[in-house]
Amino acid sequence: MAISRDEITTQVKEVLVDALGVDDDEVTSNAALIGDLGAESIDFLDIVFRLEKTFEIKIPREELFPAEGLMNDPELINNGKLTDKGLAKLREKLPFVDLTELEKDPQINKLADAFTVDAIVNFVDYKLNGSS
Amino acid sequence: MRWIWIDKFIEFHSGESAVAIKNVTLAEEHLHDHFPGFPVMPESLMIEAMAQTAGILVGEAKSFEEKVILAKIRKAVFFDYVKPGDTLRLQARIDSVTTEAASTTGSITCSDKLIAEIDLIFSHIDKNLAGKKFPQENFVFTDTFKSLLKTFLESTGSAEAKSEQRQ
Repeated sequence: MAISRDEITTQVKEVLVDALGVDDDEVTSNAALIGDLGAESIDFLDIVFRLEKTFEIKIPREELFPAEGLMNDPELINNGKLTDKGLAKLREKLPFVDLTELEKDPQINKLADAFTVDAIVNFVDYKLNGSS
Repeated sequence: MRWIWIDKFIEFHSGESAVAIKNVTLAEEHLHDHFPGFPVMPESLMIEAMAQTAGILVGEAKSFEEKVILAKIRKAVFFDYVKPGDTLRLQARIDSVTTEAASTTGSITCSDKLIAEIDLIFSHIDKNLAGKKFPQENFVFTDTFKSLLKTFLESTGSAEAKSEQRQ
C-alpha cells in the first residue's frame, strides 16, 4: 500500500525526535542532521535502525550514507573538493539528496549539510514508492 | 582485566535473547556512599549490567569475532530503587544486528516488578565509519567474560558451537 509523503514526513520526524533527543519544532524540512540537529556518527546507525523498523524496509549502510566509499578516491575528491566526476557519482548514488548548494561550492566537508530532514524523507519515499 | 558485573545467565537464545541475573549486595562498597543510610544501586550500574547482558548476546551472535562496544543508550527509564539483597533479572533482546552494529531492547525486573527499561546500540568497532584501526586482539571478549556462557556454549544452539561444528 502506498504511503503518502505527508505520512512519511510525520514518521521520519518522529524517528529523528526519538533518535536525536531534539524537540519537534527543531525538526524542520531544511534542518541538517549534523549541523542543526547535532547528530553524531553513531546516531546515523540509530536512525537507520529506527527507519527500518518504522517503515519495515531494509537499508544497507552504503545506500543512505555512501560517502565513505568515495573519500579516498583522488579522481572523485581532489584537495578536499569534489571533482565533476565526484559530483556526478554523488548524484547517481544519492538521487534523494538536493545537491544544488554543494554544486556551487563542492567542498566535501559541506556534504553533511545536504543531509537534511527532507533528504531522509526523500530517501524513504524513494524506497517505498520508487520515486525521489 | 575486564570487570564483570552480572552473575550468570539463566537463559540464552543465540542471536535472539538472553536473561542474566545480578545479585546486589551490601558488600559492594559504593553502596556505602550511595547513599549513607540509604543504599540504592546507581542507575548507571544498571545500565552497565544491561550492557554486559546485551553485549554478550550481540557478541555471541557473531561468534565473538567482533569487538562489541556500547555506542549509545537509546532509552533508560527507571521505575524503582534497587536495594542490597535484591536479585535483578536482566532480559535483553536483539532488535537488529548488521555488519557494523546492533540494537537491543531490554528490561530489568526484581521479583516480577519492573525496575527499568534500557535500549542500547552497540558498534562493531572494527567496522566503524571512520575506518579507524584497533588492536587485533579481542579486548572485549576475554576468556573470563566468555566463561559466563560456558554452559550455554556447550549446547549446540549457540553461534560459536555451530561455527565449531563447521570446522
